[in-house]
Amino acid sequence: MTFEEDVARLEVIVRDLDRDDLDLDRALRLFEEGIARLRSANGALAEANGRVQELVAAADGSLVLTDRDD
Amino acid sequence: MARMSARDASMSGSSSIGYMEAVPGATPDLPLAVHDLTSAAKELVEGAFPPLWVRGEVSDFKAHRNGHWYFALRDAEAQVRCVVWSTQARRIPAPPDDGMQVVALGQMTVWPVRGDLQFSVRALEADGEGLWRKALELTRQRLEADGLLDPARKRALPQSPRTVAIITSASGAALHDIITVSRRRSPGVNLVLIPASVQGEGAPESLIAALGHLERWGGADVLIIGRGGGSREDLWAFNDERLARALAACPIPTISAVGHETDVSICDLVADLRAATPSAAAEAAVPSIVDQRSRLRALGRQLAATAQRRQHRVLTRLEHIQRRLVTGAQRVTERRQARLSTAAAQLEALSPLATLARGYAVARTPDGATLSEVGAFASGMAFELWLRDGIVSATAESVRARLDSAPGDSVTDVERA
Repeated sequence: MTFEEDVARLEVIVRDLDRDDLDLDRALRLFEEGIARLRSANGALAEANGRVQELVAAADGSLVLTDRDD
Repeated sequence: MARMSARDASMSGSSSIGYMEAVPGATPDLPLAVHDLTSAAKELVEGAFPPLWVRGEVSDFKAHRNGHWYFALRDAEAQVRCVVWSTQARRIPAPPDDGMQVVALGQMTVWPVRGDLQFSVRALEADGEGLWRKALELTRQRLEADGLLDPARKRALPQSPRTVAIITSASGAALHDIITVSRRRSPGVNLVLIPASVQGEGAPESLIAALGHLERWGGADVLIIGRGGGSREDLWAFNDERLARALAACPIPTISAVGHETDVSICDLVADLRAATPSAAAEAAVPSIVDQRSRLRALGRQLAATAQRRQHRVLTRLEHIQRRLVTGAQRVTERRQARLSTAAAQLEALSPLATLARGYAVARTPDGATLSEVGAFASGMAFELWLRDGIVSATAESVRARLDSAPGDSVTDVERA
């Protein structure tokens, strides 16, 4: 699950929770999911190991990703 | 300067012809072929003139099918025929218009086939960068006609990209700037360089190929395409129409960052976002982790707030329902009581006891049947008379129907016991 997906889902949950036609059981489950998404998104933010890579076409036309030093 | 060298050349030429008496063309017996004459003139003229910049007004411009351009350069007193061979024409941003004031870099020569003087042009610049502007404008118009510049086409950038693709030179300052800024803003974001040549021959093709690789790979959320600053010629690849069309077709949102110039490139017009510099592009593409954290905190607060609001709403609703239940029950009770008293009143109105109260009496058998016709009586029959305040036991002495009742009824006297 990406940060963006978590955040997008959170926004939907927050909106849905404000609806009147939601039964209590569903509201509780949404709320719990919201908390889980919040945790997951926070976890994604804490990751600091983004990579710098280079995409090049090999001789046979296939694409290869290689790590760069910068 | 040009006139000087031309005169030197013609002087040395005439002296050499004078010296060589036996060369072809010196006597009627040895006439020169026409093409020898014009070829000699060509050599002479080319030798006499170094490449020169010439100012004039363009007239009679014609672009030939094979890519060569023909026109005349003129001023108030003179004109010279000019040619731009297709290999040179390709380097000139746009064909000049008739009447345009230009300076042309070229070589004075003779076209041997016609024997015409000809200025062979290698570079052409219109006053006020007119040709560049014209080329940009023509490209812009074609892209606009195809709807590629429509503001409605502009896509929003992803708020938190996981991977940013960068199409630029692998060795340029632009790449370094983008990596530095991205790392500072969000260390977790992946950066993928798709190297391309960004200037000179073949740069547009190289950039288009990189876009093709990006699309085939499909692993990025947003693209930065660009290069650091440079001369107008250095940046020209980013005005290529084919590149602009490829960029417009890019499946992910695009940010252009071409140079540090205030000039807008064609790619800038087509990209979803134009950044002034590669660093600015990285700032636009990569959200700051600080912003992300505060965005998450805000969402967390909203989540808690909705939960509270929801709880409050449920409680309010419960109270409301309770109130309605109570008042409903009360109303039902009241309605029942009202119905009961109505029924009681009706019952009372219909009760025979009420009739007795008004002074009437009812005759009944001892086992409770009402005796309402003389036919129910027989002489000597015991019965009861119910009055307002009690019961009288009686015996029928005689039974007789009233005179005004139906004929045939038996006649009986009823008397009080």
